[in-house]
Amino acid sequence: MSASYALQQLINGISLGMIYGLIAVGYTMVYGIIGMINFAHGDIFMIGAFVSLIALLLLGAGAGLEGPAALLLALPFAMAITALHGWTVERIAYRPLRGSFRLAPLISAIGMSILLQNYVQVSQGARVKPIEPVLAGGIEIARFGEEVVTLSWIRITIVLTTLCALAALTWLVTRTPLGRAMRACEQDLKMAALLGIDTDRTISLTFVIGAALAAVAGAMYLLFYGVIDFFIGFVAGVKAFTAAVLGGIGSLPGAVLGGLLIGLIETAWQAYAPQHLTPYKDVAAFSILALTLIFLPTGLLGRAEVEKV
Amino acid sequence: MSPAALKDAALTALVALALFAPLVGLRTDVAPAGGLYLRQRWDDVAILVALAFAARLALLAWRGQRRLPTASTAPGWWEAPLRRLGALAAPLLLAVAVLLPLGAFSWDLGAFAIPAVTGRYELDLGILVLTYVMLGWGLNIVVGLAGLLDLGYVAFYAVGAYSYALLATHFGWSFWLCLPLAGILAAFWGVLLGFPVLRLRGDYLAIVTLAFGEIIRILLVNWVSLTGGPNGIGGIPRPTFFGLTFSLSGGPGTFAGFFGIEPDPSHRVVFLYYLILGLALLTNWVSIRLRRQPLGRAWEALREDEIACRALGINITVTKLTAFAIGAMFGGFAGAFFATRQAFVSPESFTFIESAIILAIVVLGGMGSQIGVAVAALVMIGGFELFRDLQEWRMLVFGAAMVAIMVLRPRGLVASRTPTVTLTGRKRAISGELVGEGHG
Repeated sequence: MSASYALQQLINGISLGMIYGLIAVGYTMVYGIIGMINFAHGDIFMIGAFVSLIALLLLGAGAGLEGPAALLLALPFAMAITALHGWTVERIAYRPLRGSFRLAPLISAIGMSILLQNYVQVSQGARVKPIEPVLAGGIEIARFGEEVVTLSWIRITIVLTTLCALAALTWLVTRTPLGRAMRACEQDLKMAALLGIDTDRTISLTFVIGAALAAVAGAMYLLFYGVIDFFIGFVAGVKAFTAAVLGGIGSLPGAVLGGLLIGLIETAWQAYAPQHLTPYKDVAAFSILALTLIFLPTGLLGRAEVEKV
Repeated sequence: MSPAALKDAALTALVALALFAPLVGLRTDVAPAGGLYLRQRWDDVAILVALAFAARLALLAWRGQRRLPTASTAPGWWEAPLRRLGALAAPLLLAVAVLLPLGAFSWDLGAFAIPAVTGRYELDLGILVLTYVMLGWGLNIVVGLAGLLDLGYVAFYAVGAYSYALLATHFGWSFWLCLPLAGILAAFWGVLLGFPVLRLRGDYLAIVTLAFGEIIRILLVNWVSLTGGPNGIGGIPRPTFFGLTFSLSGGPGTFAGFFGIEPDPSHRVVFLYYLILGLALLTNWVSIRLRRQPLGRAWEALREDEIACRALGINITVTKLTAFAIGAMFGGFAGAFFATRQAFVSPESFTFIESAIILAIVVLGGMGSQIGVAVAALVMIGGFELFRDLQEWRMLVFGAAMVAIMVLRPRGLVASRTPTVTLTGRKRAISGELVGEGHG
């Protein structure tokens, strides 16, 4: 295993980790605000990937647009449609259950996840959807003797888009009235409501933002793998949740950090584990989840939760 | 129709249009020449949007007529009759369950001649429903009694099924020897899972158990040398009636030969039916008995309040681990039964969806209610059977039903609880709304 191979894997791991981080942000925001695991978030991500795919095909067939221009138009479209899905899901399945016993929203979310998965299976078919590379080529960044490490445009796009999305999110959370309302709701939902914050609206918008970021992740996933199907949301969702837990649930930088770690571990496993162990890369992610929860329940950047009686 | 309602419905229709237009209206299909193309289906979108509009109008009209808000938690008018019916339901259901296989044969009772009314299909369906009743009761110990949300219950079902499959095919051990072993192995895995997650609560626990279930499934798929990988294990021996096989030859050593009756393929099905009925009733009996023991009371106390439990000196570790172990053991029994009934096991039977279905049965039945779980299994698996022709649509309906039940009736069908212990000796049902849950 040469240095060029290692560098290439590092690039792959970072791109994949960025995608996981974007999904993890959605989990962590919702958990921070209403303390529930939005089990359907992985499927919202899958819907984002599908809407991006459809938008790209539509732009390609209808307007003859391809490459970066198509991507630039498809991304906002996918974000808008997916955000609407996120809003609808919250409105239908979670809002009526606010104040109900604790397991109710989780079970409703599991139902929603099954519903969304099968909705896409019925409407789009169960077959995998391959797509031709949207962006071709790349730039050469390093040379080790004969071996060349290229940084493909796709990887660059993934990292840059993710960074832009995260920067926008940071700005939104720290500098806008909405962000302030979100942070207030996260600290104390009841107190925030008493002080005149429309908590229902804030929670709705949290779901909308989470879903929009999941749509970006979905589009990036489509670029990264070049193939999607209706089932990608489940495994990606569990991995992103692992990332959120690893980083400390409720912490936005933690979610991104956790995502990067999960992406790097997964890529390293795939690249360096013995041949017969590579199918177990998902086991690695699941085991990290269990180990983190057992030995480091607050995650890397999370706060300890004190239960008052 | 007030203009406000119309405007609201129009907005709903607009949202529906935006939701359905890309995913339903434009279907990605693989072109014959390779690559994807979009097939347009705007008529379906129009139907869906119209449906959304009508549904929203109907909802608004219905809501306008009702005085109570939708989120009301007050007991409805149906609770009292339902409770009275509930007292009758259990013996009635049991009688039907016991008598069902008798309908498979024609009886000649002197004056009367009763023809066979139930066929092979009904019995097979009955076996399927009873398997889920048993799984529901098993999971009910973990979720309903101890309040530990387990999303990976199917892992123990799988452990039981593969234990029997491997022991029976490799060593040729009989079903009756393997059944307790499968249960013990599953219980062992239950403790193995339970031990590290002792400190976790509520939904964290749910996710870790889900991860555990997936790990088991991935192991089953990839450990080809032991489990046969995706191809599974075939040729699992059928169970015998205390050593008598159900062979159609009818010779000595077979069931029909020993009892001197005509060999009939339905003998085995009837035997399997009574086997699972017995196992399910055993599960039920054990959980009812355990609820009256200190252990069962500790479980219920744990479900209501873990901190209070600790304060009262209840050993949380032992309480949680026994709940996991006993729940898992019954899952293992059911798994062994599944393996012997199918004569074939593969990882496909043990996906997350399976866990979700079992959990849905427990939740729909009203957590902690034995009869509720049985009714829920009957409704759900029976409903599944009704929609068998719809293939992928039925999972869609299943997901939607799960959400709808949670939104409309979060406490399940049987939402009342009868306290196990009372001060006055008089038992009164308590509404599920009054008890806390799921913090454990």
